[in-house]
Order: sequence, then C-alpha cells, then structure tokens
Amino acid sequence: MRLSVDNLACRRAGRRIFSNVAFALGPGDALAVTGRNGAGKSSLLAILSGRLRPDAGRIALSGVGEASLPECLHAVGHRDGLKASLTAGENLLFAQRLLGAPRSTPRDALGRLGLGHAHDLPVAYLSAGQRRRVALARLLVCARPLWLLDEPTAALDTASQAALAGLMAEHRAGGGLVIAATHQPLDLSGADELRIEAAAAAPVAEALEDWA
Amino acid sequence: MIRAVLALIARDLRLAGRVGGSGALSLVFFLMIVALVPFALGPDLNLLSRIGPAILWLAAVLSTLIGLDRLFQADEEDGSLDLMTAAPVPLELVVLAKVTAHWLTTGLPLALAAPLFGLLVALDGTAMGATALTLLAGTPALSFIGAVGAALTASIRRGGLILAVLVLPLMIPTLIFGVSAAQAASGGTVPFFVPLAVLAALTLIAAVVGTLAAAAALRWPE
Repeated sequence: MRLSVDNLACRRAGRRIFSNVAFALGPGDALAVTGRNGAGKSSLLAILSGRLRPDAGRIALSGVGEASLPECLHAVGHRDGLKASLTAGENLLFAQRLLGAPRSTPRDALGRLGLGHAHDLPVAYLSAGQRRRVALARLLVCARPLWLLDEPTAALDTASQAALAGLMAEHRAGGGLVIAATHQPLDLSGADELRIEAAAAAPVAEALEDWA
Repeated sequence: MIRAVLALIARDLRLAGRVGGSGALSLVFFLMIVALVPFALGPDLNLLSRIGPAILWLAAVLSTLIGLDRLFQADEEDGSLDLMTAAPVPLELVVLAKVTAHWLTTGLPLALAAPLFGLLVALDGTAMGATALTLLAGTPALSFIGAVGAALTASIRRGGLILAVLVLPLMIPTLIFGVSAAQAASGGTVPFFVPLAVLAALTLIAAVVGTLAAAAALRWPE
C-alpha cells in the first residue's frame, strides 16, 4: 500500500498544534516522527488512525482496494487496549476476531515477544513492560500493512527492544509500512525522519484571524 | 463482520462475569428496591398489588442505569475503543453488539426474575406474567436510550450522574407504556395488547435512533 499526506494541519481545543505536515510512504518504508513533548506526534497518529479530524490537508491511500485507512493499520500507543481481567491470550484472540485477517495464533505471537508463559495469565498480573509486549503481539495476530507505533519502546527492556526492531524489519521486508513516534533512536534502518515543529513560530496574525 | 460482532458480544459477556464486572449487580439492586417498597408502604396487600407493576418497572429503569456509565467509558479509557474504530465493521454495529451484551446482562435477567420478585409486592399470576412480558419487550429500549447517554459521557470522568440526568427523562415514554400494559392485563378499560404494541414500537424506534446516535457521539468526541 502507498500512503501520502499533504499539507496536514491539526487543531485541538481551538489551538493550532501543527500545520504543513507532508510525507509519502511506499511499501517497505518507515517514518520516524520526532519532536519535543506536546509538539503533536500523538495527534498526528490519532489523525491517521481516524480518531481525530484533521483541520486541513489530505490523506491519500492507494493499493488497498476499498478499505479505509483505519482498517489498514495497527495502532499501539499509551492506551494499550487490553482488558485487565481477561488473560493475554483472550485479549489477543478477541483482537484477532474483531480485526480479521488472522495471521499467527495468540500463543505463537506471545512466544515471539518472549511472553509465551503469560498466555493464560490475566493482564492485570503483568508489569508495564509485559503489557506493552502483549499489545505489540497484536501486531502479529492480524496482518495489516501499516503499523502506527506511539513510543513503542517505552517500558521495554533492551532484549524486547531488539525483538521489536526485528519485527519491524521483518514487517518492512514483507512490504509493510511503519510510522513510529519516538524520542529514542529506534532501530529503523533507512527510515525517513519527520520532525514536527511547534506551531508557535506561526505568525500571531494568523492565529487571531482564526479566532475571529 | 458477523464474527466481529459475535466476538464483541462474547467479550462483553465474559467481562461482565469477571472481577469488577457488573454481571449480577443490577439484579441485586433490582431486588433491593423491590424489597424496600413493602417496608415503606406497610402490609397493605391491596395497595401493593395495585402499584406492584409500577414498582417493578421503576426498579427496572433504575437498575438499568447500573453499569451503563461504564458501557463505553471503560473502553474509551483503556484504548479498546480505538481498536473497535479500526475494526472492519461500522461503529453502528459495534454499538449494537455492546448494547446487546448490556441487555443480556441486565434487561433479560430483570425480566426473567420479575415473576419471582412480583411475590414481594403481592402480584397475582396474571399480573406477574404480564409484567415479565412488558419488561421483556421494554428493557431493550432502556438499554438503547441509555447507550446514547453513555456514548456522550464516555470521555467524562465520573459521568455517571450526568448520564442519569440525561437519559432518565428520555425513558419516561417507555415507563408509561410499560406500566400501563402491565396494569391493563389485570383489569381496566384498555386491552392489554394496545399499550404492549406501543411499547414494542418504542423499543424498535430506540434501537434505530439509539444505535445511530451513540455511534455518532463516539465517532467525533471533540
């Protein structure tokens, strides 16, 4: 699949967060989104995943037939979408049935992330890093071409970070796309970098005009 | 698409049965209200059996509110709602699946338990059956109307009270026709079928409007 974004702008609570964001990704490409805290990295990912309406700009998608952008992507972020009272296996099985396009079984996916023993444990018993790895295992149970990762290495130990880098490389080798918002250098070879700058640089007159 | 909807219903039923779920809570709350009324009114069996259907209905409306505030809020807080947005099913179907699961864990047990709880308010056999039937036909409307309020307050912390204030007025028509159908069964000038048909119509309208409205409220929270 191909994804191209033109002139994207985001406004939250009446304040312009960023504007003029543009990038294009083809099969196997990766994009590292960087910027200071509050610059709008998570907002950019929220717009892409269809949770936030863009203020301006265009998102074009090709090569996936009728599917919409939210149906082509996996999003792993701060809110991990796991139910604490269900086991890791139940959580992943639910995601697989809900999202469709099944690939590996929950047990195999957890095994790839070194959490095979947690299959039958309620997620409430797991640590922050282990929860994050269960959420990342969701990337493996369903095949989707675009991975949106928001701070994917947060709470992960070095071994898991290496495992994640391996998964991302494998995904890209298979023609997948990765967009990751991060502060830490991710092991994304040949990735483009998109730095979101603060909109504070924008002229004040424009901001006043918007309010009028 | 069917598989995704069934997966959602199965997950919500399983969550309701686990720790922290509201599985049997609304049923217990229902029993509490119904059991309190005879203590408040005294042992006047004629009075109790006359207002019995109204008490059961009022208790059903109030206990539907239990767990309703967490219907979408729990999924919004932990990010499960984002997962559902990414599913290859329209959000309307997601809402439909979640409301079905909510009704299966609250409305259906209430309707099934109504004949038993009718004993506490001295209902006779006909009135018990009629009240259970009206609850069976009317409680889906309560769940659907409640879902709109739950979707609107999904991103508000402690939105439970706002939810009650929002949806209780909208439940009044269902309450009126539910009670009048139940009372028409045990005598009166109106035949039983007329208010029951209106009640069923209210449920169907609530199913359509509630599903669309709740999905619209969830789609663009800002």
